Amino acid sequence: MGVRLSHRAIAFFAIVLALFCSTFVDAAYLRAARAAALAESGALAARLGLTDLSLFTEARYTRHPTQADLHSAFQDHPFAFEHFPSGSLMPPPRMLTKEYENLDRKTESPD
Amino acid sequence: MKTWIEKQKALIDFTLASLARRKIKNLGLLLVYTLIVFLLASVMLFTHALSKEAGKVLENSPEVIVQRLVAGRHDLIPPDYLERIGRIRGVQKIEGRLWGYYYDGVLKANYTFMVPQPDALMAVESGKIAIGATMARMRGLVPGNTISFRSYSGKLFSFEVSSVLPNKSELVSADLVLLSEADFRAFFDYPPDHYTDIVLSVANPLEVRNIATKLSTLLPDSRPILREEVLRTYESIFNWREGIVLVLLSGAILAFAIFAWEKASGLSAEEKREIGILKAIGWETGDVIKMKFWEGALVSLAAFLLGYIAAYLHVFRFSSLLFEPVLKGWAVLYPRFELTPEVDGFQVATLFLFTVFPYAVATIVPIWRAAITDPDAVMRG
Repeated sequence: MGVRLSHRAIAFFAIVLALFCSTFVDAAYLRAARAAALAESGALAARLGLTDLSLFTEARYTRHPTQADLHSAFQDHPFAFEHFPSGSLMPPPRMLTKEYENLDRKTESPD
Repeated sequence: MKTWIEKQKALIDFTLASLARRKIKNLGLLLVYTLIVFLLASVMLFTHALSKEAGKVLENSPEVIVQRLVAGRHDLIPPDYLERIGRIRGVQKIEGRLWGYYYDGVLKANYTFMVPQPDALMAVESGKIAIGATMARMRGLVPGNTISFRSYSGKLFSFEVSSVLPNKSELVSADLVLLSEADFRAFFDYPPDHYTDIVLSVANPLEVRNIATKLSTLLPDSRPILREEVLRTYESIFNWREGIVLVLLSGAILAFAIFAWEKASGLSAEEKREIGILKAIGWETGDVIKMKFWEGALVSLAAFLLGYIAAYLHVFRFSSLLFEPVLKGWAVLYPRFELTPEVDGFQVATLFLFTVFPYAVATIVPIWRAAITDPDAVMRG
């Protein structure tokens, strides 16, 4: 007779649970190991007065989001579309896209 | 107690044997379930760790930055501003900063040119630059190399790379080019005594908001940016991105929810017959429900644990490979960085509740309905 299914399940869950708990141990280990890098970045940011992470370097308002005002994504020219993926997930404010009155109905002769 | 344990073990034996009879279907379910937990946990771990990292790295960023706006656009700070702001009571240290962007046509990337503050102890000699590690890697530069940039006025400037900023600080310095004040002014053709913006520190941290209000009154065209706003911006950026990813994922999650609900709540004819037979041979309603509880618990717990472990490895051991293209966007210069694991126990508990609990409940309810009906009726369908 082979090993009971319940015993196999208990063994499986014991292993997986041990792995789950070990992720927390690993997190503590990595935190200690990577503390130096974090401190170095923090020190450089403090010394140079840096305000932003260099994660999104494609445009000025994505490189330094904290230094850009709310409208900088639309400043390239009047009616500019936002064209970078970093910001394209965010719609422009409603007031900028609302429709204006249709003037063509008021013209007396067709164009 | 021993009898109870033996009974549960017997129920688990039976449940697993029953699951094994529909192996492909149940393995498929476990796989999809694990994948959903993996995606949710990856997003959760990644955004939480990144926003914590941003908070820690930027906790010593300048207390107040003052920009000048003209027609809604960022403009240079004229010479008298430093002196006027310096007169505000409570302002402790005030310095003009010089920084700007330069587009490099070779790499098709933007660099951030910056002059280190005198007290940063990172002074760069004239004719030399210190560059970020990502830029050095992309342009193949090492200390001692020379690089030329064509300035916006059309003149060509050559700089010698004096040093590369530490690899470990790439997250904040990927595209940085540090140069001397004289070189910066010549390169960008900056008018004398004008600055990009002003940084200042405040004697009493509780007074920061008051100082900002005074600044806005004294110089109505100025825009003060407080450190707390910088930190809040990052928090909201990552919350926003987490939200967006979750919205995109929600389609997949809903599809899974329907699939799991269908699988868990809609009993197949075979399962109904099984329950009928169990009841006919003397199983009690409670036993049938317990058996099904074990089925739900085993599947959902296995999916949660496997999905979470995979997500942890993905984010902290494999540098979030799957998210890199999303984060990168169009950025040519993308820093190599390793996130410091910050795991929020509350978030893990929430994920556990939202993934394990609904499935366990969904398996029990229909079984309870089938189990309380007459075995003969159940078997006949």
